[in-house]
Amino acid sequence: MRLLIKNGHLIDPAANENTGMNVLIEDGRVSAWLKQSEPDPEDAEVYDAGGNLVAPGFIDLHVHLREPGQEHKETIATGCAAAVAGGWTSICPMPNTNPINDNAAITRYMIEQAEHAGLANVFPIGAITKSSDGIELAEMAEMKSAGAVAVSDDGRPVPTAGMMRRAMQYARDHSLPVIDHCEDKSLSAGGVMHEGKVSLLLGLKGMPALAEDIDAVRDILLAKETGAHIHIAHVSTAGAVEAVRRAKAEGVRVTCEVTPHHFTLTDDAVKDYDTNTKMAPPLRSKEHLEAVIEGIRDGTIDAIATDHAPHHADEKALEFDRAPFGIIGLETAVGLAFNELVEKGVIGLEQLVRLCSANPAKIFGLEGRGTLAPGAHADVTIIDPDLEWTYDVRITKSKSRNTPYHGWTFRGAAVATFVAGKQVYERNGN
Amino acid sequence: MEKPFHRRDLLGIKDLSAEEVLGILDTAESFREISSREIKKVPALRGKTIINLFFEASTRTRTSFELAAKRLSADAVNISVSTSSVAKGETLVDTALTLDAMQPDCIVVRHSSAGVPHQLARISKAAIVNAGDGTNEHPTQALLDAMTIREHKQRIAGLKVAILGDILHSRVARSNIHLLTKLGATVRVAGPRTLVPEDFESLVEEGLTVAQSVEEAIEGTDVVMILRIQKERQDSAFFPTLSEYAVHYGLTSERLALAKDDAIVLHPGPMNRGIEIASEVADSARSQILDQVKYGVTVRMAVLYLATGGRPARDDE
Repeated sequence: MRLLIKNGHLIDPAANENTGMNVLIEDGRVSAWLKQSEPDPEDAEVYDAGGNLVAPGFIDLHVHLREPGQEHKETIATGCAAAVAGGWTSICPMPNTNPINDNAAITRYMIEQAEHAGLANVFPIGAITKSSDGIELAEMAEMKSAGAVAVSDDGRPVPTAGMMRRAMQYARDHSLPVIDHCEDKSLSAGGVMHEGKVSLLLGLKGMPALAEDIDAVRDILLAKETGAHIHIAHVSTAGAVEAVRRAKAEGVRVTCEVTPHHFTLTDDAVKDYDTNTKMAPPLRSKEHLEAVIEGIRDGTIDAIATDHAPHHADEKALEFDRAPFGIIGLETAVGLAFNELVEKGVIGLEQLVRLCSANPAKIFGLEGRGTLAPGAHADVTIIDPDLEWTYDVRITKSKSRNTPYHGWTFRGAAVATFVAGKQVYERNGN
Repeated sequence: MEKPFHRRDLLGIKDLSAEEVLGILDTAESFREISSREIKKVPALRGKTIINLFFEASTRTRTSFELAAKRLSADAVNISVSTSSVAKGETLVDTALTLDAMQPDCIVVRHSSAGVPHQLARISKAAIVNAGDGTNEHPTQALLDAMTIREHKQRIAGLKVAILGDILHSRVARSNIHLLTKLGATVRVAGPRTLVPEDFESLVEEGLTVAQSVEEAIEGTDVVMILRIQKERQDSAFFPTLSEYAVHYGLTSERLALAKDDAIVLHPGPMNRGIEIASEVADSARSQILDQVKYGVTVRMAVLYLATGGRPARDDE
């Protein structure tokens, strides 16, 4: 079966292409690029991109799919549906499921559930330590053989430098990036928002930026010594961005991602005690947000990742102190990136595609993804940069609705998504 | 949200204007003599239902609100929600909706988490009065403190007030800082740096200073307000021992001598005698701690009256 995506503007920074070009797909892979003046191959189905952008499928390095164990929040199928509706063709779920993804059986289960859903590709992230307890190493190599692409203890970051050093040494042997949610819990314990003027004003316990900075610096030093690849999850502080910037200049193998909420909202959003503004790392103050934007502008930040964290409405309908951390984000990320980064001139479209596709593929070593060069997997995200739309969380594909962005208006959206050459999403259709 | 009064809920002092604060204080003045009558009851809130919803243990604040409601002839019900029943799984939203279905006019709420009154106010049809939320605000405490200060100093504007102790975790300090600075007083706070962060000055635009020592804070003040030291803070290693605290940060007669000769001493209670306040200070003529308790009832009468539809005394002029 052959499919021609025609009349689109191909943006493929990994292949150094940014022009009108038709893309021919065959058996799940890109087989050729055809000039728009060339006649369509006779036996190919045609998808008319109508002048929209044709980009290599977006890859989200950081999601929570809640399956197995917390299917009332999200399942792999519903998470994948939300992903493709947001333009993401591949997503990487964190291991904090129940049980924790700390062994090959669970890794395989997640991949099988994703294949069953037949929407997005799922590349699981395995735990660094058993049960993410920070004590014994998990079977990283076995998980890698089963399909895991990186390791992390995410929200329960490895507490000691000694354990983290050993994890990095071991992960390096197996070419697995180590992802750290940088938070020194001895500084942030009990905190529910960014520590600063607003937390003082609201009487909520703060999580200082320092808790993130200290762990980021620790990890960078360990990566430098061990030669491992450290990927800093969701950077949110000026200090962490600066630490990554310096480490990159020194040649340390460090990469990092940013979430859309950390480049769009500040801790001012917490003022009404809306639990949909509670996440970890927390929404920071304006100085930090500006430093994050600068990190995006100058390329210190490598990727945009959503940290999509579904929680049931009942769990968020609690006191601010007791509500769980996290918001959903798969369907709003592209809109937020357009509003806050592209529209405001922080980055151009090519860099947006780098942050959402080319770089994530490189960071996790996803071969044949992050590009639409002939031979690559035919994962495609079609983007209408001028589409104006309003986010209505009541019709989200996710099982959860915990978002601060309900009712926000955007310009720019993913309008169609293809995975392995098969269309899995069409805006306003299905 | 149609409000019976131009500000239906009392969630905190920080969102009130100086005029609104004065409106509440003047209304309280007009209720003052009711409590000294032989029959301490007027029909102002007859037929109104007030629920005192206390998620956190409190005897004095709850009693004060209850008496305030009864002196205005409202029907007051006390509900203590133990944390164990919350652990059974009822969400805050369900609790609010359940109580709302009983059609109260006002819910007075105390909770150990900041923001709960604000969350309830978004859901509930009843007026919400904050009786203390976590480390955020305790607006009626600040109002009763202001009433006590006005009684003894005849004004707030231009006064110098020291607030000493655990500022970081104090809802009393926050509400007082907002109220006093709105009305033109200057406030100095002091205590161990672990409990009095220097950034605290950013809480209000002007009128607040973080002093470098307790002595500096007290020097030349008209009012010295002492906060209760909670024992669990010591357990969390914010300071080494209670006895060290008493020596270095407590209000002793010697330290009080640095204040103006006619300075008054306030404490929200219950006191830890010999820790944050020396007994001789607590029992001295400077201490107006019992006046605070007395005006607590008066101020809460005014707050309940306004929250359930009454007009402030100031508007009647």
